[in-house]
Amino acid sequence: MEALVDNSGVKRYLVTINVNGDDYTRIVKANTLLVNFIRDELDLTGTKKGCELGDCGSCTVLMDGKPVNSCIVLAVEADGHKFTTVEGVAQNENLDRLQESFVDNAAVQCGYCTPGMIMSAKALLTRNPQPTEEEVREAISGNLCRCTGYVNIVKAILAAASE
Amino acid sequence: MGEKYAVIGKSVPKIDGRAKVTGQAKYTGDLKLPNLLVGKILTSPHAHARIISIDTTEAEKLPGVKAVITHKDVPTLKYGISPARWDESIFCSDKVRFVGDKVAAVAALDDETVYKALKLIKVDYEVLPAVFDPEEAIKEGAPQIHDEYARNINTEIHQNFGDVDKAFAEAHHLRTDRFVGNRTYQCPIEPHSAISIWEGGKLTVYSSTQSPHYFQHYIAREFGLKMGDVRVIKTYVGGGFGGKLEPTGLEFAGAVLSKITGRPVKMFYDRHEMFAHNRGRHKQIMEITTSVDKNGKITGVYANFMMDGGAYTSLGIATAYYAGAMLPLTYEFVNFKFDMIRAYTNLPACGAQRGHGAPQPRYAFECHLDNVAADLGMDPIELRLINARQPNTVTPNDFAVNSCELTECITKAKEISGWVQKKGNLPSGKGIGIGVGSFVSGAGYPIYRTNLPHASAIIKVHEDGTAATLYTGATDIGQGSDTVLCQMAAEAMGFRYENMKIVAADTETTPHDFGAYASRQTLMSGSAVKQAGEEVKGQMLELASEMMEVEVSDLDCRDSIVFSLSDPEKAMPFGEVAREFFVRKGPLVGKGSYAPPKLGGTFKGAAVGTSPAYSFAAQISEVEIDEETGEIDVKDVWDVHDCGMVINPGLLHAQVHGALYMGMGESIWEQVLFDDKGKILNPNLGEYRMPTAMDMPRITSELVESYEPAGPWGVKEVGEGATIPTMGCYANAIYDAMGIRVNSLPLSYEKVWRALKEKKEKEKA
Repeated sequence: MEALVDNSGVKRYLVTINVNGDDYTRIVKANTLLVNFIRDELDLTGTKKGCELGDCGSCTVLMDGKPVNSCIVLAVEADGHKFTTVEGVAQNENLDRLQESFVDNAAVQCGYCTPGMIMSAKALLTRNPQPTEEEVREAISGNLCRCTGYVNIVKAILAAASE
Repeated sequence: MGEKYAVIGKSVPKIDGRAKVTGQAKYTGDLKLPNLLVGKILTSPHAHARIISIDTTEAEKLPGVKAVITHKDVPTLKYGISPARWDESIFCSDKVRFVGDKVAAVAALDDETVYKALKLIKVDYEVLPAVFDPEEAIKEGAPQIHDEYARNINTEIHQNFGDVDKAFAEAHHLRTDRFVGNRTYQCPIEPHSAISIWEGGKLTVYSSTQSPHYFQHYIAREFGLKMGDVRVIKTYVGGGFGGKLEPTGLEFAGAVLSKITGRPVKMFYDRHEMFAHNRGRHKQIMEITTSVDKNGKITGVYANFMMDGGAYTSLGIATAYYAGAMLPLTYEFVNFKFDMIRAYTNLPACGAQRGHGAPQPRYAFECHLDNVAADLGMDPIELRLINARQPNTVTPNDFAVNSCELTECITKAKEISGWVQKKGNLPSGKGIGIGVGSFVSGAGYPIYRTNLPHASAIIKVHEDGTAATLYTGATDIGQGSDTVLCQMAAEAMGFRYENMKIVAADTETTPHDFGAYASRQTLMSGSAVKQAGEEVKGQMLELASEMMEVEVSDLDCRDSIVFSLSDPEKAMPFGEVAREFFVRKGPLVGKGSYAPPKLGGTFKGAAVGTSPAYSFAAQISEVEIDEETGEIDVKDVWDVHDCGMVINPGLLHAQVHGALYMGMGESIWEQVLFDDKGKILNPNLGEYRMPTAMDMPRITSELVESYEPAGPWGVKEVGEGATIPTMGCYANAIYDAMGIRVNSLPLSYEKVWRALKEKKEKEKA
């Protein structure tokens, strides 16, 4: 990857990152985090920052279909990859069945972990459309929620899977 | 129209559900404003040190830095959420009192520049001896943290009701136990954030807050502004649990940075800084003595407590009083003595975490009571039933209890958990335990002295009658108050929930409310909303009477249809009447307000714990212990709550799940740890171990029939009550499984393992 050097000697890189089906070409620093790229450059603030250490899962996005913590992925690493954020889950006006199920099952309280939860659940149901409760719990074990005790989140994901 | 209520009592979807599942919901950190600067606070690396000098010249020279401020640039007026002790400053001027104390702040173009600038501020410190243990802190000769408070005593409580000495002297059985709690932190997933805009004489603050009103009050006070010139706007809030009740350096320093630069300034805490700001649960050291008669009836209780308050007061005076005040609420006894010292230490300040001061004393008391039951050879449930609080009673500390179905909660929990079959019959390593609790439904008195009503509401029906907007200062931090208050508004108006809109928690556009704490909003804000809705309905029916030529007394409105009670065929859509109202008389508006009756006694501290109503709960849990590792596996928890009439069952049970979850984390894993210099060892969500989806047991949440006369439609508390019994409930299940008593929180695997080892060694010897 070729670098441009600015006046103060800081290197910058040209990246093309596909988010929710669209290519975005931007100049980033070597230390630009994917989560900041998504939130600050693209203004997709549905992806949340909770810890910036990869502990809480609030910033979960799908990288080529797999869930990753976007706070521990660099924008330069994301170059050329395809990402889905929570804004890319609903199809126009229609909510995804997972999103509907979260609302119907009172699985949302403060809502801060919700986007990350939905992305982890989305990845699970894509690779395993009929998960067991144990598999659901494992799939969201990297997403911390402080409000729900996970009870209704697990219920919502299982309900979405059984549709 | 067979059902009693059209809107309440139903699990309608959350009003903000869609915005939250699509990522459209904007939290303070998501907001962008033109010309926005980023700000951060420089904090102390020492637990206790004198500030010799601060040099900001290098930081100011860094390109992109727009302002650097220290104590010289800000008001020196001390503040704190509790007027009982105002002991915090925007920035420290003489000395720092914990690792993380506020020293200076920077505003710059972006995050990276801010962090660089913070490193360029040179602070010269003279490090002082520090103290981290409350029992050490109050000894003569310990380092003095605040000059005004000798022996680091932040507050001292001595209460004595009835005659404990006599009860103890005449006791059939007397027992003393000592327990130690843990420092925990609320850990909302959303970090605190604030955007301040000081333009002309007006200060606007967008904030991640549980109480726009208290923020407005204290920000105005600090800067000498009129309340009307300070506007606090709550955005979506990503959880609070008590940690976002009071303004922080983010609001105070952000306001000054905005004033100096003339630009909006966004301030935020990262996860480490959140742990340092803290305001989480106090660690309490609890010695309890109880006397019982031969039937197991409690005749007297002496609670001798101490708590580690950290470096500042926060809401800790109230916490200290709550710790004792809630004890005689759950069980009935008339002789009660309570001594408490809240000590300052050189650690982050503690405040009000879900359940406030009550959960740790409840843990201690529930364990203690099981010990008493074992001494007497009684079943723990039998002992609890003998002593359980009854409806329409008064506690020794003058709390009037109206509705109380604690006996029914215990009985139902016993039934659904299979207690009778399981108790004493579970295989080795398995156990079953009970814990009960009770909590307030709103505080009887506000945090600072004022005669303002506690809650108020306005409902405005839209001109064409197709929608209505509720304006309320009530604060939804995720628990769902926006939803239940809209349900209550719709019910009172005879309107449809689906057509309700809400504008909430903005001090300029919404009427006053104290906000989200003390489990107050469903009862208090709900009362104001009900009154506002009824006022709309009254005006509607009066006009409809003219339009339909039916007596007002023969009219009602439900589901957005006005109809004659005697002839339901005679009906008119709500919208048609509302539109006509606007044409003839202008805006159709209803308003309401709520103030609790005068509550409580006259002794010192009598106000803390007063409430118009109290909730009660019983929890039973089944655990399995791995004898090799001490690992605790909670299999099942049954929670039975008495929370009065239920407005939204879906959201209500979700509150129980979440409260129990927090109690579970505090029971087994959660604890903020420090090194010997007062630095936090685990200020992150990897090492501060919150339960994950893999850790949670099966949870059964059930209710009992209950109606609270002091609440609108009979409602009372649910948000905090289910945190309170959990720690004792688990400890008692472990005791049942292994015959070991872990006398400190968290009930970690290591402690269980050590206790088992000790027990085995004793048995061998």
